Amino acid sequence: MTRHLLSVSDLDDDALRSVLTTAAQMHDVQHRAVKKLPTLRGRTVINLFFEDSTRTRSSFEIAGKWMSADTINITGKGSSASKGESLRDTVRTIAAMGVDAIVMRHQASGAAQQVAGWFDESGVATSVLNAGDGTHEHPTQALLDAYTLEQRLGPLAGKRIAIVGDVTHSRVFRSNVLALPRLGAHVTVVAPPTLMPSGVASWAAADGFALSDDLDEVIDSGVDALMMLRVQRERMAGGFFPTPREYTVGYGLTRDRLATLTRRNPEAVICHPGPMNRGLEIAADAADAASSLVLDQVSAGVAVRMSVLYHLLASDGIVEGSLA
Amino acid sequence: MNGHRMSGHNDLLVTGAAVHGGESADVLVRDGRVVAVGPDATGAATETDLERVDADGLVLLPGFVDLHTHLREPGREDAETVRSGSAAAAAGGFTAVLAMANTSPVTDTGEAAEHVLDLGVAAGLADVRPVGAVTKGLEGAELAELGMMHRSRARVRVFSDDGRCVHDARVMRRALEYVRAFDGVVSQHAQDPALAGPGACCHEGEVSGRLGLTGWPAVAESSIIARDAELALHTGSRVHIAHVSTAEGVEAVRWAKRRGARITAEVTPHHLLLTTDLLGSYDPVFKVNPPLRPQEDVDALREALVDGTIDAVATDHAPHARHDKEHAFPDAAFGMLGLETAFSVVHDVMIASGRMDWALLTERMSTAPARIAGLAEHGQHIRPGSPANLVLVDPRAEVTVDPGASLSLSRNTPFAGRTLTGRVRTTILNGRITVADGEVRP
Repeated sequence: MTRHLLSVSDLDDDALRSVLTTAAQMHDVQHRAVKKLPTLRGRTVINLFFEDSTRTRSSFEIAGKWMSADTINITGKGSSASKGESLRDTVRTIAAMGVDAIVMRHQASGAAQQVAGWFDESGVATSVLNAGDGTHEHPTQALLDAYTLEQRLGPLAGKRIAIVGDVTHSRVFRSNVLALPRLGAHVTVVAPPTLMPSGVASWAAADGFALSDDLDEVIDSGVDALMMLRVQRERMAGGFFPTPREYTVGYGLTRDRLATLTRRNPEAVICHPGPMNRGLEIAADAADAASSLVLDQVSAGVAVRMSVLYHLLASDGIVEGSLA
Repeated sequence: MNGHRMSGHNDLLVTGAAVHGGESADVLVRDGRVVAVGPDATGAATETDLERVDADGLVLLPGFVDLHTHLREPGREDAETVRSGSAAAAAGGFTAVLAMANTSPVTDTGEAAEHVLDLGVAAGLADVRPVGAVTKGLEGAELAELGMMHRSRARVRVFSDDGRCVHDARVMRRALEYVRAFDGVVSQHAQDPALAGPGACCHEGEVSGRLGLTGWPAVAESSIIARDAELALHTGSRVHIAHVSTAEGVEAVRWAKRRGARITAEVTPHHLLLTTDLLGSYDPVFKVNPPLRPQEDVDALREALVDGTIDAVATDHAPHARHDKEHAFPDAAFGMLGLETAFSVVHDVMIASGRMDWALLTERMSTAPARIAGLAEHGQHIRPGSPANLVLVDPRAEVTVDPGASLSLSRNTPFAGRTLTGRVRTTILNGRITVADGEVRP
């Protein structure tokens, strides 16, 4: 039993299903006139964001508030971390204030896992929830993606899902390939060779997903969902592809590809974790298409984060069959 | 066993030691030199003027020589001082260490080199020899005062920008040409910075891919080794490759030696034992430069150490204050302690496993590094007349590594909690015991 959510792999199959089921219940709260549950009354959650984020931080903040938790936002800029304090000192100082959970976004891979390790080692009771660590994982994003896709497509068993784009720098990809195959989906990861992570072939074989560098071929083979990843503009200086134009021609969801996608499977849907680079990895027509689930993902994000906070913090912490 | 009796003199009679791992013999040390080995030794000793060391069951070897130590003084005395680092060296069986130049200020002048030398003499626990920077401020652009450092009292002969690669081929060529005048050697941190890009913090491979960490590809190491081998051939100078970490790097050194380049190479104990799989914990204690590699590379390094492609073991002892490691993995400092555990790791991996014998261990940890650094008073065969820079090791003892017991000021050992076979018992510097069973002799 863990009291942290650092990776999708912290959830066993029952826990994964339980989080998604509870999310559906939480989703109903959004449609109520009074959006408030008493579930986390008296609990304190710190959103500790060392890296800029609007949607994830807001999503966690709303999720906490709708469940009556006291939520406080702290950003890395202007915090003691920017004055040279070690990460360990920073998080232990915050935990010492008696908070129940730290929702943590950090630009470094593994940061949330390290913090959880320091807490465990020194008996600090605070839970750590990974809200994105560098290019490693973003578990609640994968959970909300799975939830959104299920809402539209039904059970994911047998569904064909392609994850497309800047895979090597994507924590969304790293969490989704841990979640979607376990729900029975057939996942194909599509990227130019320069944007595939090192050693991905053996990893794909072990974790049950396929690889491709040909987006047209994948779309033409018929997919149920295309999950487009953001091209991280700050990474372009790394020489991963020659020009944005060439990237779009090779790997963007263009108007033509959207037409092919729909022709091959009229029910096919499009996801994007946002923020979108319109005209680069996704054409405006695709972003705004009826088959685009981008705003559904945002809405589902609050529900899924409510579910996760509930499983981590409600009553005695872990509810039965929730988190492995 | 292994008892010591103080007499107030520096003369020693070591009894019953397996000298060089061979037959048991007594060894008499007087005025800093070995004066007798074998039956003559006991006869030559008198009961009143010497300290006896009962070395029954122990192996007596020339003291170890470390081509690659970071002592942090001047500049980061909170992490290590020449004194504390020398104590750690002596505890690890080292009688000579080469102190890397990346201190603050950098050791890039004769005066800076003499300062480090003097600190070592004052500490008196190991022969501390400064390594000079190849380029001013380790900036990679202009040659440091290589000749001035050599002409100083420190007699610097080994130059390195360690921590950084001398990546400009023209600068490397000039450095090699320049040091040839006094048979100097350039120790290269082989790592092409263009291939090992910004943010790289581990080996590039499946583990880095899964963990979302930016990695160094092996080719960043081997391509520089191959280039420097060509430059060594072109200039006729000596190049030494610091901390080889990859199978590809080993192959490049092998190829260079076959071509007749004056090239030597070292491997660290941690690269002989640990693999990149340890990074799954994101524990910065395993963050080191060059990084831990997969098992295939570890196997290639072990083989190369046996067949002589790699000439020496060097620790790359890199102490860090605790707060410099308590950051997220990509932000934490590179490096790990090595002096005190080096022998135990090498013994465990190479001797206890049957890969290596005592003669080869002596060559790799004492003789070859002393030869590469030009230290005539170290690494010498133990016989009458040789300098009494010696170490007694216990091959049967087990060591469970306890960071709290370290004589270093830092605690960043990657071997914490590991049990290894083979323990350093007593280190003798110039005929005087410096450390016995982990205790520094005043």
